[in-house]
Parts: sequence; structure tokens; C-alpha cells
Amino acid sequence: MVHDTQRMQSLAERMAEDEVAGRSLWADARRRFFSNKAAVIGLALLAFVAAFALFGGQFAQWSNEELDYNVMGVVAQEGGPSLANGHYFGVDELGRDLFARTVQGTQVSLLVGLVGALVAVVVGTIYGATAGYVGGRVDAAMMRAVDVLMAIPYMFVLILILVMYGRSMIALFVGLGLISWLEMSRIVRGQTLSLKNREFIEAARATGVSGVTIIRRHIVPNLLGVIAVYATLLVPLMILTESFISFLGLGVQEPLTSLGALISQGASTMAYGTIWQLAFPLLFFCLTLFGFFFVGDGLRDALDPKDR
Amino acid sequence: MTTPLLSAREIDVTFGTTRPGDMPWTAPRKLRAVSGVSFDLAAGKTLGVVGESGCGKSTLARALIRMVPASGQVLWQGDTDLLSLSPAAMQRYRSEIQMIFQDPLASLNPRMTLGEIIAEPLRTHRRDLSRADIRDRVRRMMDRVGLLPQMINRYPHEFSGGQCQRIGIARALIVEPRLLICDEPVSALDVSIQAQVIELLQELQRDLNLAILFIAHDLSVVRHISDEVMVLYLGRVMEAAPAERLYAAPRHPYTQALLSAVPVPDPAVERDKRIIPLTGDLPSPMAPPSGCVFRTRCPRAEAACAAEVPAPGPGPHRCACLFPGTITADEVA
Repeated sequence: MVHDTQRMQSLAERMAEDEVAGRSLWADARRRFFSNKAAVIGLALLAFVAAFALFGGQFAQWSNEELDYNVMGVVAQEGGPSLANGHYFGVDELGRDLFARTVQGTQVSLLVGLVGALVAVVVGTIYGATAGYVGGRVDAAMMRAVDVLMAIPYMFVLILILVMYGRSMIALFVGLGLISWLEMSRIVRGQTLSLKNREFIEAARATGVSGVTIIRRHIVPNLLGVIAVYATLLVPLMILTESFISFLGLGVQEPLTSLGALISQGASTMAYGTIWQLAFPLLFFCLTLFGFFFVGDGLRDALDPKDR
Repeated sequence: MTTPLLSAREIDVTFGTTRPGDMPWTAPRKLRAVSGVSFDLAAGKTLGVVGESGCGKSTLARALIRMVPASGQVLWQGDTDLLSLSPAAMQRYRSEIQMIFQDPLASLNPRMTLGEIIAEPLRTHRRDLSRADIRDRVRRMMDRVGLLPQMINRYPHEFSGGQCQRIGIARALIVEPRLLICDEPVSALDVSIQAQVIELLQELQRDLNLAILFIAHDLSVVRHISDEVMVLYLGRVMEAAPAERLYAAPRHPYTQALLSAVPVPDPAVERDKRIIPLTGDLPSPMAPPSGCVFRTRCPRAEAACAAEVPAPGPGPHRCACLFPGTITADEVA
């Protein structure tokens, strides 16, 4: 008994002292995310692809620009994947090391996807949240503008931009950025409308918090879940779009390359028995897309458990 | 008589409503949610506002703090008209008037910790305070409303309804307001928790000399807390009187009908009680009845009621009825 009393007392003291750390909705979501196998596998895939893009270059025996004269002209016979001559993934049709090229292509593809999604997140969120929160005529005008922009076939615009301003990375970023935020702003606006009439927003308004602060402090944090999910699913879409453009021969320009460009080259030489030129870029392309889609699905389930 | 803290004069709130399918140039239809409401509220006193759903109680409260556009006058300490101030000038009074809401959980941002929620009015109105100062005040206020201060880093969803309402009260009182508007603060709570919250409010009112505008549809709760009670119907004042007087001798037929419908926790009394039934539904506020708005459901309505809008009249016991007085058994039958 004495023992128990002492224990209870120390427990009571401890309870009185510690500030209990609350479990936020984010912590809950994290726990649900990590108990989802597919999502964890997706995350591992993404980690692998990211590590490959960041550090793969250090393992390459050849640079991405050097031509290997030993295999030039006999690529189909001698240029296959080999540990002996340092071409782990073989060489491309010109005799360049495909491993180094794939690292570079993965870097460019990831960069394109992330930049496109980032523009969508920043511009789409601010635009959508403003339209939704202000409401009325401002909202109507802003959203009609989005409707008009969405009605323009984006691939056409993208190709025009690339043709007019040259096939540079910047032009590609601008082109993808221009189209990527439209859908995001619609989603954010819809969510903002449903948040706007919640009592905690009214409480903030009643106490005199300014509109900008309400958007920043109350609306955006409550939208982050939706934004995170949509952004994760947007990255692979951006990568796909870029690859399609590259496949058409309009993407990034040599000596830069992307997974789409590599796949395009690999596909064109497939008939000559150099299947590895298609297989390796395609493998990383698929791993990246799988990773993002699994993580996106996992995030959606974790952040919105009501839907299940 | 001292100047009341807040006096409302002829408050009118009109909404323009559009129906789906209306063209953009169609004139919106007028909905008069509140019309001609006047009252005085002194420091340290409580005014109860009762009425059915949709009678304009909440709209009236929101009109006072300019959350909805209103006409009329809201005098703060007899001289400043809150309704004619610029938004910037109004900002100073927003810390003097605070509000607590009906749904305790919905009125708290789910992504913020308790400490951040309670500190928000301080961060808005007292920019001179340091972080440590704010945290210190938040902890003291939490202790004051009966929340353990070590819960400061928790999130709203980890609390019960009653605790959430305490958080709402702490948030409202942290800037030391002089008027607290309570919009049905206990309607969403269990009866036992209701009593605790009401007691907390009364205790805080005594200590801080708070004026309270207490909105509810539960007459017994209002009776318990109010010094004066105002009965609204379709946006108009039907009767307003000191609480005891209104409950002991209601003069307006609507007030009597409302009071007769309050259940009494005594079977013997309840069995013999005479209920005044009201027939029909609340008329649409888009097309209120002419004259007295209550006449369509009043057991005593006469032809004169349709022609003339009865004025509430002066005095401590105001009653907007042409034929006030106790309803007899014959009239009900």
C-alpha cells in the first residue's frame, strides 16, 4: 500500500509538471501513413530514385558526355550492360555511358516534376484561397479566368512556348507552371468555400483578425492535407507531360536529357537489338511514377480517414 | 441612471437573397432578419435573448459586432456609434466585445494547439506583448476557466464538448473584454455540463464586471442567468422585461405560449399545467404578415392586429401587443 501511495504521488507530481505534448492531426496522419504498406513501399521507391539521381553520378565510371570509342559502331554487340568496361547500363547509340545519362535524365525529370508541382502549390493555393475567401464578384471573375485558361488546349500552348522561346529548361518550367496551377486553384477554392463558414473562421473574424492572416493562419493549414495529396499526384503528371513533350522531340535540348528523351531514343533503336537503351530509362521512369502514385494514395488515405 | 455599456437603437438587418436560376441583374429579394430592435445593456448585467430558430437572435448578435451589415445605432457607452465607425476604428472595440459560439469544437481551429487558439485575440490586439508574456497569460486564463495549464500544447479534438467551450470562453476573455456575446453557448452540451459552463460564466461575470448578451432557445437556462429577457419573433421584439417580471407575469401571448411549453420537472405540476398550443408554422421572413407578425398564430388575434404594427412601448416592461394580458382558458379552446 505504502509503495502504491508513493507511486501515485510521484505520478500526480509528474502530471502536474509536464506540459503534455498534444497529438496533432498531422501526427495521427503520419501514423496511419506508415501503417499503410503500399505507401511505405512507394516512399522507399521514391527514396531510392532520389538517391540515384543525387548520388548516382559518383558511382559512374564515365561522364555523360564522353564517347567510348571502343564500343562505337559495335554498340549492339559490345555496348551492353557490363561491369568490366564500367558501362553498368550499357551505352547509347553514340557510345555515351547510359548509366550517367540515366542519372542525368532522372535529375531533370524529377526537377521538372517538382518545379511544376511547386508552382501549382504556391500559385494555385494563393489564387484559390483568395478567390474562395473574398467571394462574390472577385471570386466569379477569378474563377472565370481559370475556366478560360483551362479551355485552351495546354499541349498546344506548351509546344508553342517551346517553339517560340527555344527548347530551354526555363521555357519548359514556364510552360508547365502556366498550366499546372489551374486545377489546383479550383480544388483549393472549393475547399476554402466550405471552410469559410466554419465557426472558427467566424470567431477569428469577430475578434478582428485581418483577412490575410485568416487565410494564412486558419485556412491554408486546414487545406494542407488536400494540397499535399494533390501535389504528390501532380508531380508524376508533370513528369509524364514533360516526357511526352520530349518524346515528340521538343523537350530539353542536348546535352541535357530527361527520362522521356532517353526513352524516346531507346525506342527508336529498339529494332537494332539494343533493348537496354529503352529498358533502363523506362525502369526508372516507372519506379518514379509508381512511387509518387503510391505515396499520393497513401497520403490521401492518411489525411482523410473519413473517406474510407 | 448611469449610461449603459451598450445601447442598441432600432437595429435593422436586411439580406438580399437570390434564388438559384436568378439572372445576375435580377433584383435580390429582401429578407428582413431583424427589424427595429432596441435594448440597453449595463456593465455587469446579463440580457437574455430568446426565440425560435430563425427569429434573428444570432443575426442580431452578429449585427452588433458588424459581422453582417445593419442599420440603426449601436452606442458604446452612450457616445460611440459602432455601426458608423470605419473598419480601422472598429478594431479597437473588437477587443472590448468578444463572442463565444454554439458548437464548441467547430469554433476551434483543429490545426492549432490550445495555446495558439487562446492567444489569438492577444496576438491580434496586444502586439506589444512578448511571447513569454502571452504564454504566461494564456496559462493563467486556462487555470481561471478550469483547464489544466499543462494541456497548453494539446489540440481541440482531444477535449470533450464542455472543455472545448471552456477553451472558447478562455479565448474570449483573454483580452479582458467588457461585453461577452454568447450565441447559444450551452445548446450543444449535456445538461450537467451546461450547469457547469453557466456557473463558470456567472462567476467570471461577477469577477470581471462583464456585461453578457446571452442568446438561447432554452427559457429555463435564460431565466437562470439573465437580469433582463428579450423575446424575439420573426426579427421583432415581442416582449422585454426584467427576468422575474417576465417569467412571473408575461403579458404578450407569444411569451405566454413559450413559457407554457417549458417542461416542469414535477409530474403533478406538469399534468395540471395548461399549455397554450400554437398552430401553424413560422411564417416566411421573406413575406412576414402585415401588422403584428405574430397574428397568424396568436389565439387572440383580431382584425386590428392585421392593420397596425404594435409598438413595444417605453418602460422596463415592454410588450408589443395591442391586447396584452393573460390568456384565459376560453381563448385557448
